[in-house]
Amino acid sequence: MTFGAQHLLGIEDLRPEEIVTVLDLAERYVALNRQAKKHADALAGMTQINMFFEASTRTQASFELAGKRLGADVMNMEVQASSIKKGETLIDTAMTLNAMHPDLLVVRHPHSGAARLLAEKVDCAVLNAGDGRHEHPTQALLDALTIRRAKGRLHRLTVAICGDIAHSRVARSNILLLGKMENRIRLVAPPTLLPAGAADLGVEICEDMRRGLEGADVVMMLRLQKERMDGAFIPSEREYFHRWGLDADKLAHARPDAIVMHPGPMNRGVEIDGEIADDINRSVIQDQVEMGVAVRMAVMDLLARNLRARRADRPREFTA
Amino acid sequence: MKTLRFENARIVDPEDGTVRKGAIVVADGLIAAETAGDAHADEVIDCGGACLAPGIVDIGVKIGEPGERHKESFRSAAAAAAAGGVTTMVVRPDTTPPIDTPEMLEFVTRRAAVSPVRIRHMCALTKGREGREMAEIGFLLDAGAVAFTDGDRVVRDSRVLSRCMRYARGLGAMVVGHPQDPDLSAGAAATSGKFASLRGLPAVPAMAERMGLERDLALVEMTGVAYHADQITTAAALAPLARARDAGLDVTAGVSIHHLTLNEFDVGDYRTFFKVKPPLRAERDREAVVAALADGLIDIVSSMHTPQDEESKRLPFEEAASGAVGLETLLPAALRLVHAGHIDLPALFAALSTKPARRFGLPGGSLRPGAPADLVLFDPDAPFVLDRFALHSKSKNTPFDGARLQGKVLGTWVGGRRIFEPEREIAHA
Repeated sequence: MTFGAQHLLGIEDLRPEEIVTVLDLAERYVALNRQAKKHADALAGMTQINMFFEASTRTQASFELAGKRLGADVMNMEVQASSIKKGETLIDTAMTLNAMHPDLLVVRHPHSGAARLLAEKVDCAVLNAGDGRHEHPTQALLDALTIRRAKGRLHRLTVAICGDIAHSRVARSNILLLGKMENRIRLVAPPTLLPAGAADLGVEICEDMRRGLEGADVVMMLRLQKERMDGAFIPSEREYFHRWGLDADKLAHARPDAIVMHPGPMNRGVEIDGEIADDINRSVIQDQVEMGVAVRMAVMDLLARNLRARRADRPREFTA
Repeated sequence: MKTLRFENARIVDPEDGTVRKGAIVVADGLIAAETAGDAHADEVIDCGGACLAPGIVDIGVKIGEPGERHKESFRSAAAAAAAGGVTTMVVRPDTTPPIDTPEMLEFVTRRAAVSPVRIRHMCALTKGREGREMAEIGFLLDAGAVAFTDGDRVVRDSRVLSRCMRYARGLGAMVVGHPQDPDLSAGAAATSGKFASLRGLPAVPAMAERMGLERDLALVEMTGVAYHADQITTAAALAPLARARDAGLDVTAGVSIHHLTLNEFDVGDYRTFFKVKPPLRAERDREAVVAALADGLIDIVSSMHTPQDEESKRLPFEEAASGAVGLETLLPAALRLVHAGHIDLPALFAALSTKPARRFGLPGGSLRPGAPADLVLFDPDAPFVLDRFALHSKSKNTPFDGARLQGKVLGTWVGGRRIFEPEREIAHA
């Protein structure tokens, strides 16, 4: 088993074999989570702090549940914009928490690079739960696990990532992960929602959704991030749905066994038709949520092992 | 009459484009004609074969007075400048509050008197740098302003800018612009491209610089004002600049040392000391700008010294303040271009000293008899590893921390008076 990382800040830092390690361990936690007794002790005695500078019900719940099932003491801190306005900087907040000796710090922040900045300043393992438009590594890992379970493999697949790619950290992490695992990636979006330099990311670009879905094994829809839209990127929601929303007609261009994914929360009728989202033969959206808890348990387990190993190496200053 | 003789020097003369072995004689603070057999001087300095050049004239230095003296004072900036071989600083008006009235200019001029390095002031083009009402350009000129600029705040309203330019032209004042489209660059922390996309940083397309420049140049053509573009950093902006030059417009352009020696990838994992304005560019842009400097299309190289304290840099990249200190690293960083063979020493000093002095109407930048004896003695080859905490600036935000550089300043003279030697600084005036 190989997983050397001290923090999980992004998929960019992971090697393919480390990704496989996470997914393999996550499979064991999927099984555990389906049992009546869901407890493990990988994080027994450890403290996990969830620091969310951006509201998120789903991700925070998933991390909280993952930590509790592994036996950690979990604390949630909702540090909304208002308390930052009181003048305390991100570093100050982190140093305050660091003094309380947490073992795992789960961070979500509206600015890219915030998780890495924290990781440079604290002693514990930092887990990036989404930083700005940069990365959301556990989402990409849970998507990978979902794909691997549905398709039986995680390589040589054609994956169409569709929607608001420019503003999406989920898309960036998925492009990196699926690229590392040697898949064919297509980005399907209007030009205004594609990031600059997208063509240099080792992907195919399709502005026409039907062409983009042609022969796809996986259709990954993204949320149209309305809260991030500081300008008019698309004329209207209805025009967007007409051209880039996933409906049965467009999905018919993908392979007949193609799966449909969405990181949630969904805007039904904007980027995805409600019926497709609920189609149990195509949609794996609920599986993604389930895999999310297992993948987060696996990542925290691995980080905790590395943290313990690191601390055991370090000579103690004094013993009581 | 006190005389000073620099012997055994490699004289870098940007005006005739030569490096020659020889001596320079200084009398009463001015360069004197060398008379035959005149070996007698009150003081003789053996340069030991090091390079002697006109002192650097650094355009666009930010000093934190008033408002942010904890980041940089005139005294600390002068110490940094002296250590960097800078003999004249032309400082920016983007202070808090900005230098936009003759009273304010008089105040900072008085504060600047502590500096052994010459200091001249640029003043705001519009009141409060708000881009709405013209500042008192006439009074400010009388009080000693050398140019007018709103710094990195673009005057968005073209009608306001055209009137400012027209009025400035009538008084013979120069306008310094920051060529940038203000809408495309709003909120940007990086240059658009693969790197910014992967890092998830809000970005501005390189084209925004050309758009800003084209607008300004059209207004220059309309008004006939003398115009200097503070930083040209992209390949796309070079063609319109060349066209304006060919059309005979009174236009010059500068570039910061950071855009000549660093590119967007240097930001790496969100290193905020590399956050500057405009943001660092793609390598092909950097190469194009270096070539334009060598061709003379870009006239002036400056440090764009912008001190920021640790607190304003220890933030997520988007929130962190822009700017880097550069007074002390300007020369060794610029020597990278010489060592890489892009430009020769006289051409470099033309861009660092002669051209900025001429463009801003300042003494200095010359080794001709009668010019002030503003000189820098340096060893262009001496290697060192930069330690940011060894800088004289109050702020230590240099992108060159830990960098291997070549080129050490061995002495700096202003008006024939030595203001710096390594390990020991000469007392202030």
